[in-house]
Amino acid sequence: MTTPLLAIENLFAVQNLSIHFERHAQPPIAVVSGVDLHLQRGETLALLGESGCGKSLTALALMRLLPPAARISGGRVQLEATNLLALPEAQMRQVRGGRLAMIFQEPQTSLNPVLTIGAQIAEAVRLHAKPADRQPARVTRRVLQLLDSVGISAPARRMRDYPHQLSGGMKQRVMIAMALAGDPQVLIADEPTTALDVTIQAQVLQLIKDLQRDTGLAVLLITHDLGVVAETADRLAVMYAGQLVEVADCAQFFAAPAHPYSRKLLASVPTAAQRHGKLAAIPGRVPPLDQVSGGCRFAERCFAVQPRCQSTVPNWQQVQNAQQVRCHLWQNGAVDWTRWDTAPPASVVTTPPVAEITPPAHLLEVIDLKVHFPIQRGLFKRTVGAVRAVDGVNLTLAAGETLALVGESGCGKTTVGKAILQLERPTGGQVRYAGVELTQLRGEALRQQRRALQIVFQDPFAAMNPRLLVEDIVGEGLQALGIEPQRARRRQRVTELLDLVGIDATALQRYPHEFSGGQRQRICIARALAVMPQVLICDEPTSALDVSVQAQILNLLKELQQQLGISYLFITHNLAVVSYLAQRVAVMYLGRIVELGMAAEVLTAPRHPYTQALLSAVPVIDPSARRQPVRLSGDLPSPITPPSGCHFHPRCPLARPQCAQMEPPVVAVSATQQVRCFAVQWSNHCVKPANDAK
Amino acid sequence: MRVLMNISAGSAIARHSPSAILLLWALAAVGAPFLPLTPNLIDLPQILAPPSAACWLGSDDLGRSIADRLLFSARTAFIIGIGVVAISASIGAVLGGIGGYLGGWWDLILVRIIDIFLAFPGLLLAIALAGLLGPGIGNLIIALTTVGWVGYARLARAQILSLRHRDHIFAARALGVSHWRIIRRHLLPLALAPLIVEATFGISGAVLAEASLSFLGLGVQPPTASWGNMIRDGVAYLLVAPHLVIAPGVTLFLVVLAVNLAGDQLRDRLDIRSHDRIN
Repeated sequence: MTTPLLAIENLFAVQNLSIHFERHAQPPIAVVSGVDLHLQRGETLALLGESGCGKSLTALALMRLLPPAARISGGRVQLEATNLLALPEAQMRQVRGGRLAMIFQEPQTSLNPVLTIGAQIAEAVRLHAKPADRQPARVTRRVLQLLDSVGISAPARRMRDYPHQLSGGMKQRVMIAMALAGDPQVLIADEPTTALDVTIQAQVLQLIKDLQRDTGLAVLLITHDLGVVAETADRLAVMYAGQLVEVADCAQFFAAPAHPYSRKLLASVPTAAQRHGKLAAIPGRVPPLDQVSGGCRFAERCFAVQPRCQSTVPNWQQVQNAQQVRCHLWQNGAVDWTRWDTAPPASVVTTPPVAEITPPAHLLEVIDLKVHFPIQRGLFKRTVGAVRAVDGVNLTLAAGETLALVGESGCGKTTVGKAILQLERPTGGQVRYAGVELTQLRGEALRQQRRALQIVFQDPFAAMNPRLLVEDIVGEGLQALGIEPQRARRRQRVTELLDLVGIDATALQRYPHEFSGGQRQRICIARALAVMPQVLICDEPTSALDVSVQAQILNLLKELQQQLGISYLFITHNLAVVSYLAQRVAVMYLGRIVELGMAAEVLTAPRHPYTQALLSAVPVIDPSARRQPVRLSGDLPSPITPPSGCHFHPRCPLARPQCAQMEPPVVAVSATQQVRCFAVQWSNHCVKPANDAK
Repeated sequence: MRVLMNISAGSAIARHSPSAILLLWALAAVGAPFLPLTPNLIDLPQILAPPSAACWLGSDDLGRSIADRLLFSARTAFIIGIGVVAISASIGAVLGGIGGYLGGWWDLILVRIIDIFLAFPGLLLAIALAGLLGPGIGNLIIALTTVGWVGYARLARAQILSLRHRDHIFAARALGVSHWRIIRRHLLPLALAPLIVEATFGISGAVLAEASLSFLGLGVQPPTASWGNMIRDGVAYLLVAPHLVIAPGVTLFLVVLAVNLAGDQLRDRLDIRSHDRIN
C-alpha cells in the first residue's frame, strides 16, 4: 500500500509500519497495520485514537522500545536519511533521546524517585554531549539552561529537588527538559497532558509550542483528546483498530471530517449546544484485533455501512489536497452526509428540557461542610496538622436537578461527594436530606437513609468486587436493605435494572472482568439505581472512558433522569460534560466553592478569576478559535497550609493586598449566581455578565 | 520430537510431584494408626540393623522399625503443621483484619503488639515457651502458634488496609451493607488468596520448627515418633548406622520442599493477574 503523502523533504517518515503480538500457542495478532506518517521541521502531527487502537504501540515502535511480545513485522521508519529499523541497537541508543526523544503520559512513573531531577537531566545531557562538553561544570550549566527553557523558576535550587517535591505539571516539564537534553529533531509526546489538570495542561501545551517555535522541533502528539488536537496540531491522523482511517489538515478535519468514525467521534464530544438532545454515541465497541477480517474495520459500527464495506478493505481516497480517508464512500467523489444526518441523532429526538429554573424545594442541603483529615506523627499518633480537603462548602440540590461540582484534582470535590454520603464523616457542618440531618445519624438509622443517596465512581474497574457475579453486584443493595430478600424476585428486579441501563440479561451469571469499561459503568449505574435513590452522586463517571463511550453513558444518565426524576450531583473536571449535562454549576478551589450559578451564567459569564482561568484553559474543538488562555502561574497550593484569606490570591491575576488578609464574602451577582471574590465589588472589574445586559 | 515429549513429560512430573508427596504425607498421617505398624515395638536383636527385605529402612538403636516410625512421625508433623498454621492463621487473620478495618486505637495497639513479637527471634521465643510449658504435642502447638500468628496478622492487616479504600467497598457501604457482610463478602475473599499462600509456606515452617524443637528435646517426647527426635536419636550412631539420620532427614527435606513448591504453584494459580489478562 503506498500513499502519495510521502515527500522527499520529510524530516521523519513512517512507511507501512506494522506491528504484531506473538502469542503462546496461537497465531500472532496484528495490532498495528500499515501506518504511514510523515513530519516536517517545526510541524505538529497529532495521532488521534481511542484506547487500544494501537497509537501508543506505534510510538514505542518508532523508538524501538516495544514490549518483548510485540514485533515490528514490516515497514520503514526514516529519520532524515537514517532507516531506524535497520540500525544496530548501539547506534539506535544514540538516536533515542538524541535525535528522537519521547515523553510519556505519567511523569510520576517516568522519573526515578531516588535521584534529584538535576542528576537525571544531567545523565541525559552527558549521554548525548560531545566528550568536551561532559565536564561537570558544563553539564551543570546545560542542566540549568534546560530547566530554564522549560519554564522552571529558580533552576539552581530546583535541580536539587527530588521528583516527589514537584507537582505533576513540574514533573512533566522536567521530562520535557530531559527529552530536550539531546537536542532532538523529533519529539514523540504520548498523551503528555492526560494526567494533568486543564490549567496545567494549558501551560505544558504552550511550552511545547514555544519550544517548537524556538528550535524547529517536530512533534508527534499522541492523544485521545480532540480539544488538544484542535489546540496544538497542524495535521492529524486518526487511528482506529490498528489502522489509520483518515489523515488531514487540522482545519479541514474539524470543518469537514471525512471518515464516518471521525464524524461520529467529533459529534460525540458533549457541548452546550447539544444540551437538549442526545449525543452521537457510536454503537458497539472496537472489534477485537484477532477477529478483524477482510473489509473495513469500522463497518460493524458504521452508520453508512454498505455491502462492500464488509468484504473489501477500503483504499485511501483523496478528499481534498491534504485530506485522505480510508473509506469506500469517497470512491465516487464527494459524500452527501445529509442522507444520514437527518435520521438518527441530534435535534430530532429532542426531549423536553428539564426546567431550567430551580424549584424552591431543596432535596439535599449541604451547609458549611468541612472534612479535615488529621495528619498524625510519631509513636502515639499525635495530630500535628490537618489536610483541609473540604473547608466550608455550601450546596443545595433540588429534585430532578443536575448540579455539577467542578474543580481540578486535589480541590476536594470527591471528598464532598463521600462526605454527603457519610462515607467520610464530616469534621463539621451539616448535610440534610429531605430535612433529615445525616451527619448525626449512626448505625441502623443511617442505613435506612442510604436508600436515598447513591454514588457512581470514576473507575468502573475498581468499583466492583471482581469475585462477585453481576447478579450479586447489582442485587447487593436490594439484599442489604431488605428490599427484595427473595432470591427469585431479586433476580427479576436485577434483570429489569440491567435492561434499564442497556445490558443484556445474559450478564447475570458473568463476572465484571468480562465486560468493557462502558458496560461496567452501566452495571455500576444499575447497582446504584437498584435501591431507587433520589440523589445520585456521579464522581467523574466518564473520565476513565473513551469519548465515544462517554457519550453513551451521558446519554444514559440523561435518559434515566428524565424517566426517574432523580437528582445528580455530577462531580467532574470536564467542563464540556458540564455544559452538556448540568443545570447549575459549582466551581471548587482548594476546599471551597468560589462560584455557583446556572450553567449558562457560569460557563458563559464567569465572574471569579479562577473560573475564568479554568474556562479559558479548556481546549476548544475549533481550530479557528485558538485563544490566549488566562494563564495561571504556579500550581494548586497544599490543602495542609492553604494560603491566607482568599485561597486563590497567590495565583490570581487580580489579587490585591486585601485578598491575602481576609476571606472574601459570598456575593450574589444575580438571582442565581454567587461569587466568592472581592473583585466583583471593584468597579474596574472587567467581565460584564451577558445575562445582566439582556 | 521425542526430546520435546520427554521435556513435557518431565515438566508434568515436576508439576505433579509436590502434590504427590503431600498426598502421601497426608495419607500416612491419617492412615498410620490403621495400618499394622509397630513403631514402638522394641526388638533388641535388630538394634541398628541396616535396611533389609523384612524391615526395608532398617531399625534404630532400640530395634524399632524406622519405616514404621517415619509413618507415625508423618502423623505428628501433620498434626503440628496443620494445627499450628490453622490456629495462627485464623487468629492472625481475625486480629489483623479487625485492626485494618477498624483502624484507630485498635490498630495502633495491634501494630505495637506485632512489633514487640517481631522483635524476638521466633524460634528462640518458641524454645522458651516450650521449656516453660513443658514438652508435648499440645504445648508445642501453643508455643509455635504464639510465635506464628504475628506474620498472618501483619499480612491480613496490610491486605485489608489496601482493600478498605477500594471503590467497591465504598459502594457497598453506600448501599447500606453491614460491616460484617462487607468483611465477609468484599474483604475476606479478596484478602484470602495471599493469606492462603502464606499459610502454605507456614506449614513447612511449622514442620521444621517442630523438628528443631524435638531435636532439642523440647518438642515431641519419646516414645512418640517425630522426625526431629528420630534425627536426635540417630546422631549418636551417625558413623555406624547413618540410615538412622538419613531416612528422617530426607523425608523431612522432601516434605518441606514439596510444601514450598506447592505454595509457589498455589500462588501462581491464585494470582488473577497471571491469567485473564487479555480482555
